[in-house]
Amino acid sequence: MRKLLKYLKNFKVQAVLAPLFKLLEACFELFVPMVVAAIVDNGIKGGVGTGYVVYACLILVALGVVGLISAVSAQYFAAKAAVGFSKELRHDLFKKMQSLSYSDIDGLGTGKMITRMTSDVNQVQNGVNMVLRLFMRSPFIVFGAMIMAFVINVTAGGVFAASIAVLCAVVFGIMLVSIPLYKKVQGNLDKVTVSTRETLTGARVIRAFCKEEDEITQYNAKNAELTKSQLFVGRISALMNPLTYAIVNATIILLLYFGAVKINAGNGELTQGQVLALYNYMSQILVELIKLANLIITVTKSFACAGRINEILEMQPSLKHTADENAVLTDSAEPFIKYENVCVNYGNATVDALENITFSVERGETVGIIGGTGAGKTTLVNLLPHFYDARSGAVYIGGKNVNTYNDEELRGICGIVPQRAVLFEGTIRENMQWGKNDASDEEISSAIATAQAADVIKSKEKGLDEIVEQGGKNFSGGQRQRLTIARALVRKPKILILDDSASALDYATDAALRQSLKKLDYSPTVFIISQRTSSIKHADKIIVLDGGKMVGFGTHDELLKTNEIYSEIHYSQFRKEGAQDG
Amino acid sequence: MADTSSKTILKRILKQLKGYKILLAATILFALITVAGTLAVPVFFGQVIDLLDIEKFPQIDFKQIFDKFIIIGAIIGVTCVAQWLMGVVNNRITFHIVKDIREEAFANIQRLPLKFIDAHSYGDIVGRNIADVDQFADGLLMGFTQLFTGVLTILGTLVIMFVLNWIIALIVFVLTPLSLFVAKFIASRTYSMFKKTSEIRGEQTAFIDEMVGNLKVVQAFGREDENLEKFDEVNERLTKASLKSIFFSSLTNPCTRFVNAIVYAAVALAGALILIIPSWSAVLPVAFSVGTLTSLLSYANQYTKPFNEISGVITELQNAIACAGRIYEIIDETPQTPDSPTAETLENVSGDINFENVYFSYTADKKLIENLNISAKAGQRIAIVGPTGCGKTTLINLLMRFYDPTDGKISVDGKNVLSVTRKSLRKNYGMVLQDTWLKSGTVRENIAMGKPEATEDEIIAAAKAAHSHKFIMQLPNGYDTVLAEDGGNLSQGQKQLLCITRIMLCLPPMLILDEATSSIDTRTEQRIQRAFTKLMNGRTSFIVAHRLSTIKEADLILVMNNGNIIEQGTHSELLEKGGFYAKLYNSQFAA
Repeated sequence: MRKLLKYLKNFKVQAVLAPLFKLLEACFELFVPMVVAAIVDNGIKGGVGTGYVVYACLILVALGVVGLISAVSAQYFAAKAAVGFSKELRHDLFKKMQSLSYSDIDGLGTGKMITRMTSDVNQVQNGVNMVLRLFMRSPFIVFGAMIMAFVINVTAGGVFAASIAVLCAVVFGIMLVSIPLYKKVQGNLDKVTVSTRETLTGARVIRAFCKEEDEITQYNAKNAELTKSQLFVGRISALMNPLTYAIVNATIILLLYFGAVKINAGNGELTQGQVLALYNYMSQILVELIKLANLIITVTKSFACAGRINEILEMQPSLKHTADENAVLTDSAEPFIKYENVCVNYGNATVDALENITFSVERGETVGIIGGTGAGKTTLVNLLPHFYDARSGAVYIGGKNVNTYNDEELRGICGIVPQRAVLFEGTIRENMQWGKNDASDEEISSAIATAQAADVIKSKEKGLDEIVEQGGKNFSGGQRQRLTIARALVRKPKILILDDSASALDYATDAALRQSLKKLDYSPTVFIISQRTSSIKHADKIIVLDGGKMVGFGTHDELLKTNEIYSEIHYSQFRKEGAQDG
Repeated sequence: MADTSSKTILKRILKQLKGYKILLAATILFALITVAGTLAVPVFFGQVIDLLDIEKFPQIDFKQIFDKFIIIGAIIGVTCVAQWLMGVVNNRITFHIVKDIREEAFANIQRLPLKFIDAHSYGDIVGRNIADVDQFADGLLMGFTQLFTGVLTILGTLVIMFVLNWIIALIVFVLTPLSLFVAKFIASRTYSMFKKTSEIRGEQTAFIDEMVGNLKVVQAFGREDENLEKFDEVNERLTKASLKSIFFSSLTNPCTRFVNAIVYAAVALAGALILIIPSWSAVLPVAFSVGTLTSLLSYANQYTKPFNEISGVITELQNAIACAGRIYEIIDETPQTPDSPTAETLENVSGDINFENVYFSYTADKKLIENLNISAKAGQRIAIVGPTGCGKTTLINLLMRFYDPTDGKISVDGKNVLSVTRKSLRKNYGMVLQDTWLKSGTVRENIAMGKPEATEDEIIAAAKAAHSHKFIMQLPNGYDTVLAEDGGNLSQGQKQLLCITRIMLCLPPMLILDEATSSIDTRTEQRIQRAFTKLMNGRTSFIVAHRLSTIKEADLILVMNNGNIIEQGTHSELLEKGGFYAKLYNSQFAA
């Protein structure tokens, strides 16, 4: 939390003024019982007259007005500071997230990142707001009342102090006991949630095995456990109100008795009105103490959220760069792309994701990459735009290590089509312009034609202005895939990476796509990842990966003869006679 | 669909409360005691303060004060106990009702037709059974504890105030609604601000969702700056809107406090004047004193509190009723038609499956399967072929009786499936789907799902036959490894092998199998393939097929497209026909 305090820097004035005004309001509130005591002692008993009483009551109203003004100011400053705080926090957090490397993103998980940005920030904003508003007020009223009691009479003050101590012990004691119990309730609720979700996702299997009754029995057991824990914690927290009520009233009895003794002594040390004031102060304490307890719960929660947010803000970008990172891509260097003994490790995995990969590719060549799941295909191509660092070895483009380039520059020459075809909310044109900010309609159309997506645009009433819904829901998987290919082509990339991007295309479209890529005048170097040998058999070079190792490198025909894994994959898709058909 | 008007929902809730009559009576009794005690204490404190008037009583009467203390102590004791018991009873009622509701909902989910489950997102149903029930419980609990005591407190306070001093009571009675008006005025003004804030927040969340969710693509295209710009624009709007809504809504408390301060001052003024001017106090039936004024001041303070609480409770209750409505939709949804009482148990099945003139569609206005005839002899292999989304699940739905045909007859060994129990029909099928489902629990529990009484040897034999024994033994605790929800960190292929093992253990006479597509690596796929072959031996099998070899070796190929079966026959027959299958075959397999 302390680390996030810098976001209040621009709102220092508000952050100071808000509690100050709250304090002021509390002060005015604390005067009220004193004024009432004066009314009783002077106005009624002392016989000063009605004028005095009216005057005193006007003071009460004035206290109310000044209190209202202070409170409104305090609320305004608190809201202003809290909202400004969270605005700057969100900005920085979003910026930070965008700067994270692929391995950081993998480590965090996007679900977590979204929660940090949304509910965690809200929780912290709420916490800041509450702290500014109440953290000064409640303790001030509680201790202020105690001090007032001391002013009236030292012994009465002592009774107050003791009573506050006992009240605190009870309130916080009950909280301390019940918070872990509430966590247990939450745990039990989670189990019930999982059960419910499971019974839905597995409805078919459960019915196929006729396990409906068993499911109900198991669920009921978990549900009963939940109820039991709820009842238990409920019984404890139900103690809070009666106990505090008893303590406050017992204190009042004590104060009244003490007052009676003093008044009886007849030395004017304590008056009837003052006893009345003590009574009123005692009643004020309870309300504020409960508020304070609730505030502490809110603050604890937002502290936890602040800690989580801070974790992200403090992450160091894990990508390594050489000092200058100003390498320029020159056209002459040969070979164009070179992998040299590249090993990649995600985090602290015991096994490398890629081991000792060495190969080189000439300008304009097409490279096919094939292998089972987890073989390291995507990892291999993700090294080119420097999304990940190699643990050892290096990747060279144009003769220079990728980490000597500026990342933005480097990614600008790559056209990437990710496995999952994602489009963004906006028009088709806006989506295409992700590839190149100022792309003209001609550039876009030609890229779309190459990607075999011309018919997609034609089928839409508004053409390029057709709205893409979030996630591209209004397009089919195949349409999305072709549009993401077009998006990558718009910038005329020197390196084109197709990560299993033709999986939703039928054979004919897939073939036509490959044909038109061949015909591109800027002849990009193309990397094609595929599960189908038919998609890569015409590539200049094929890399066969298995468990992170490169187990084959060559043309289709070579590999078919010499590489066991490649031929196994191929013949599992095309029975020997099937292959001869083609 | 259940009726959703709030009146019917209320009736439904009352019906649910029926079993709790005694507890309800108890909570009412405890609430009465609590309120009476809470209201009585200030009266006695007032009387004690009166005894402290040194002018009237130069010698303070300690005996009388102690007598009052004893009474107060007794009242406090009784009140505390009643208050605690009220809390306990309310908890008991609420959480038991919640338990009942969750159980009823869950039990009905097991009996609902799959049509209902398919038509609702899982998140929606889970949300109803968890979050909505919780919200309902909160509302119910608040209703019991605060609404009831609140109303009683207001009434009690009014009565006591009028008895003590009707002039002051009248002042309080007339002035306090002011704070209600103020609160309501602010609430109605801030409502639209909150709505706007939450709209913008929704917009921002959607943007975050989209951009952070696809951060890799964003980075690949270097769109960070553009996104930050757009984010800042939304962020700015959100900031402005939330400042407004937070500030204006936070005015409620200071404003009502102010009104209360005015009421307080008015009570003090009136009380003091009555005490000072003898002719004013003469109109009162009961003698008025400083002590009474003390009690009245504390009542004036107390009187407004329940009003604020009640308005909060009412919103909460409205919310709770809406939530209850959503839950009762599930509980009261009509379950699938039960097996007829005369339904036979399907036994000793040989596996002849026949579709005769079957018609089926999910919705009445969209025709799907029309006049379908399939004849599968015992032990035959039937391949289902077609592009993704062609409707293979429809066929599985009909075979397993997840859905019933709208017309026509499906029979197993000549018996109409509608005339046998669902249980016995399903027991005779073994089903392995591509979207595998495993329960959270141990590997052993998952394998023994269809045969809980299986011995260790049987389980291991089945696992060996399904080629899963090896990888199970590599798991941290072998067969006792606990799998998280949906198989935890098993690979897709391993999950499918476990599902096959599950079937291998029961070996039912008819099979529904789903061949793996590309997401499984070649080695595992071959293992799955070998396991499938072993399973299919001598059993009537429906296979959703992707591999050419499977298709070619099938006794019958069903070609599906757009949810319907458009062609059927053997491989060579279909090729000769030159239809959809031939086209599909040429594009997919002949490279």
